[in-house]
Amino acid sequence: MRKVTFPHMGHSYIAFKMAMEEMGNEVIIPPRPGKETLDLGVKYAPEFACLPYKVLLGTYLQTVAKGMDTIVTSGGVGPCRAGHYAHLHQAILHNLGYNVNLICFEPPKRHPIDFYRKVQSLNNAKLSISSIIKLLKRGWHKLKALDHMEKLSHQIRPRELKRGTTSKVYLQAQRWLDEARTHTEIKVAEAEGVKAFNDIPQDSERKVIKVGLVGEIYVLLEPASNLEIEETLGHMGVEVERSLFLTGWTVDNLQKNTEELMTVTEAAQPYLPELIGGHGRDTIGHTVIYGKRKFDGVIQIAPFTCIPEIVARTILPKVSKLHDIPVLTFFLDEQTGKAGMVTRLEAFVDLLKRKKQNISISQTATTLN
Amino acid sequence: MTIKVGIPKTLFYYNYYPMIETFFDELGVEVVTSDSTSRKVIDAGVREALADACVPIKVFFGHVQTIKDKVDYLFIPRVVCLNKKTIYCPKFLALSDMIKHSLDGLPEIIDNRIDVRGNHFAVWKTFYHIGKRFSNSKCKIFKAYLKAKGNLSKYQDLVKEGYLPSVAMTILKNNNSKQKMSHNYSLRFAVLGYPYIVYDNYVSVNLLTKLNHLGVETVTLEQLPDTWVNKANTMLPKDMFWTFSDKVLRSSYHFFEHGGVDGIIHLTAFGCGPDSMVDKYMELKSKQYPDIPFMSVTIDEHSGEAGLATRLEAFVDMVKRKKEADVNA
Repeated sequence: MRKVTFPHMGHSYIAFKMAMEEMGNEVIIPPRPGKETLDLGVKYAPEFACLPYKVLLGTYLQTVAKGMDTIVTSGGVGPCRAGHYAHLHQAILHNLGYNVNLICFEPPKRHPIDFYRKVQSLNNAKLSISSIIKLLKRGWHKLKALDHMEKLSHQIRPRELKRGTTSKVYLQAQRWLDEARTHTEIKVAEAEGVKAFNDIPQDSERKVIKVGLVGEIYVLLEPASNLEIEETLGHMGVEVERSLFLTGWTVDNLQKNTEELMTVTEAAQPYLPELIGGHGRDTIGHTVIYGKRKFDGVIQIAPFTCIPEIVARTILPKVSKLHDIPVLTFFLDEQTGKAGMVTRLEAFVDLLKRKKQNISISQTATTLN
Repeated sequence: MTIKVGIPKTLFYYNYYPMIETFFDELGVEVVTSDSTSRKVIDAGVREALADACVPIKVFFGHVQTIKDKVDYLFIPRVVCLNKKTIYCPKFLALSDMIKHSLDGLPEIIDNRIDVRGNHFAVWKTFYHIGKRFSNSKCKIFKAYLKAKGNLSKYQDLVKEGYLPSVAMTILKNNNSKQKMSHNYSLRFAVLGYPYIVYDNYVSVNLLTKLNHLGVETVTLEQLPDTWVNKANTMLPKDMFWTFSDKVLRSSYHFFEHGGVDGIIHLTAFGCGPDSMVDKYMELKSKQYPDIPFMSVTIDEHSGEAGLATRLEAFVDMVKRKKEADVNA
């Protein structure tokens, strides 16, 4: 039996675990990236590789110690470096004497046969094609339900009466969804989750500011790599809207062009007409859209040396000025400490709150006159 | 007064300048290049560019700043793909956008896009669009384009013969007979890296000259026959996406497998994204070929002469001793 692992990217492991197990593989669940993960990754990764690369290498080294023999991950067609990461990970692991297999999924639109072969090589339970499709649909359903839970947590956390309730409910909802295996069970678990979120005592009077979160996909989706920025912001009374979810990203990569992607590309057109890989153009586009939707601010998070995000960051000040939306950028690396980040966030949130107050004061002043 | 077009003396300069210069000359447009990289240029770049950007981008920002007030146009084309296979680094693809949205007081930017994938005569079409700004005669633009192309291949031939870009450009310009290059070198190193680092004497802290003084002949990427580079098989499951990186990696594999040099130096810039991968692959490969010493040198905006000189001397000494030992054995 293959012992597989895959990158730990937020809660998505819950859905991947189900799919892999039902295809007849033993899953070594990737641990939540922590200090040990990063230390291992930093030790063996190239110095200027970005944070996700180091986190993933650390994850693989941790799971290989538990007997993992196959890595399942996604590739890419550039020009972002991430497209090469899987193969370099494998080369480094080989060099360290770990003979691991790599199953790296490329976009099925470009390489349909390759995609099919790779799915089959994971299919140790000898499922029929139709049951694989059914399984993938179920995994998809689960992923969507998980994303739904996360969105609710973003909305409710800033309004909760007792600090920490939302995070607890969110964890509980993840567990329910983890146990759910059929469509009906997933639906029931999702409904339970929604109910639990709605039951959280909330302060409807509280003035909540709204911030858009943009940037590179891995650090956006993995709370351990962004030092739980969403939770931290939530506790400061900030409602976060994240620009990327795994389900949304997958749809963008599988289908032709979704409406959302089109609007984002269009919004970025005046600033960055070229596709530069990663999520550089999306970062610009989303910031423009958040500006038009009158958000209070935007926070960009990206790994240190991330090429597309550096390009985006160079252009963002102009976007920020023209659309009158404050932007704060964090480049994360293995040295980033949580205390420093919290201080910067507090200062940013204070500024946003004051700006909002000033606007409302001047508005009331004009109406009174 | 003639129209002036400014060309920053970095990035693509070392590969394509003779072509661009001839093209604009033929159209009666004056070409102005920025000065060679200096402390002043780098400081200007560091001030304006993002702190997290790589050194070459900071240098580019510096060059643009020193030249922007002296010209009517800035030439920063969007070069996407020139060989139907590999593209350029994402920062190259968005060069003009980064400049446009972060510097003030810029002249008009010529940022036509060149992508030869699925587009016949794409290079000519781009040159035609550029030329239209300065001339109404398609025939004149075409002639200029042909002459520019001819000049580029002459230049590339000169570089292949072993001349450095700066020397090759002077020879091309003055039509002087080539000086005979006769030196007695005891060692031969491959210095692999991107042209805008290797040939920029200030950025590379005179690495090539330093090696020559130590009695080492240097071979650079542009001096290798294309067939070698293209034939070299990296045996990687995926080719590098980026043109320069792909060439550097392939040529390093060629040298590791076929020899022909006493040592390999990988010259890279601080914060270079693609190089983080290229360098690791080279390092892994070098472990399989312990006969050829390999060193990777990272330069940044504060690289000092002394530090680099010491490292080079140590490396050269080591290679020399190893060679003597091999001869005696």
